[in-house]
Amino acid sequence: MSLCYAYYPGCSGLGTSLEYDTSTRALCKDLGIELVEIPDWNCCGSTPAHAVDHLLSACLVGRNLGIADDMAEERELDGIITPCPSCLKNLKTTQHRLADPEFHRKVELIVGRPLKAELPIKSVLQVLVEDLGIQALAKLVQKPLAGLKVVPYYGCIMVRPPQIMQFDDAENPMALDNLLAELGAEVLPFALKTDCCGASLGTTRKDVITKLSGRILDAAEEAGADAIVTACPLCQLNLDMRQSQINKANHSGHQMPVFYYSQLAGLAAGQGEASTMLDKLCVSPRPLLAALAGHTGEGA
Amino acid sequence: MPSSPKTFDSEFIAEVQRESEQNLALCYQCGNCTAGCPVSFAYDYPVNQIMRLVQAGRRQEALSSHAIWLCSSCETCTTRCPNDIDVARIMDVLRHMARRDNIVSEKAVGAFWTAFLESVEKHGRVFELGLMANYVGKTGRMFTDVDLAPIALRKGKLGLKAHDIKNLAEIRGIFDRYREQKQ
Repeated sequence: MSLCYAYYPGCSGLGTSLEYDTSTRALCKDLGIELVEIPDWNCCGSTPAHAVDHLLSACLVGRNLGIADDMAEERELDGIITPCPSCLKNLKTTQHRLADPEFHRKVELIVGRPLKAELPIKSVLQVLVEDLGIQALAKLVQKPLAGLKVVPYYGCIMVRPPQIMQFDDAENPMALDNLLAELGAEVLPFALKTDCCGASLGTTRKDVITKLSGRILDAAEEAGADAIVTACPLCQLNLDMRQSQINKANHSGHQMPVFYYSQLAGLAAGQGEASTMLDKLCVSPRPLLAALAGHTGEGA
Repeated sequence: MPSSPKTFDSEFIAEVQRESEQNLALCYQCGNCTAGCPVSFAYDYPVNQIMRLVQAGRRQEALSSHAIWLCSSCETCTTRCPNDIDVARIMDVLRHMARRDNIVSEKAVGAFWTAFLESVEKHGRVFELGLMANYVGKTGRMFTDVDLAPIALRKGKLGLKAHDIKNLAEIRGIFDRYREQKQ
């Protein structure tokens, strides 16, 4: 059985998280999962849309769901997937609210397309652990990440709210832990695995980010981790690109690489830099990877 | 804190209930939401007190709070509420109402969201550089994240051109019809 999904990359995949999008596509290709990009997809509205108006948020998502409906007329799809938890929450919340006929009618009228919105909507991570199964991932591993100590960081909304997200455990998710263990990494218990990094307050209230993301970096270091592994573009940006701001504000000296899980999976599968894009990370993982046996000079 | 009327505004309670589709009477002030709230340290009112203000019909105090703008939508409160109240949705609805009343206690946050949505309306997708320029123009915060610009540029993470969608007319039509509907 081959899997085929409508793929929603999200805006950050075009810029700040290009390495997440690229490594996700490369990983899915290696796993035989077919991704068909939703043609001419638009921004889901992210936090600003739902914080300004729920109807606007649903309409921005609605156009994408409508295009995906058209795709499903042409070929069989196993669902809609996205790597980004923020996009995911908006897509799933909208699908949930469209179950109300009056709201559905209102959204259809504004979007100007008929909406079925019945395709299952999942994260790429959920597809890997539930639809495909991580055993398939284990088969790809050529260079196990032996000796790499990591903490998995899910962010808040990959699993929350559970009524909408319907994935893993809302307090102690294990999908990423299990996946990283299959790659051969040493996965350390991480009490802050679903704590908030401060999300989109980075631009407007840096004090909130430096405190919350600083706490996550501190805890990762305290746990003995060499690196943090994320599944969220905004978490990754806050922990990685803003790490210098965090160090400055908190008088800390973190040099903690923050990977996307898809980059590490690619690395373990023997993919090169064109797929893993490790050089996109602001805190370079090169010294760490060079120190690991079997990975010296990998992917450079 | 601005001085505010302390009267019981029952219409406000009804409005929050209608827009959030939540039953406010179910909140018995256990404080679970506040215990799990990561942004509480920056709030003027912790989230359980926001809930209480709404239950008590204190429109002015609830809508002029800073807390409703600082909520990061992490959904922890919603996840842990023992009475299944979607607290994060109530926080969303309160900022919708505050914005409609032109009460924006965290000006930068309000401006950022507006600039973000203007970028979506203009390009169909977020154009981060344009968004930042618009945000700086709205807030006068010239030095926002300038320290990140060199590293973002070096890493090719600062897109210098927008990725417009092809069917921009459709997106603009959605925004237009949305605004008509709201009137």
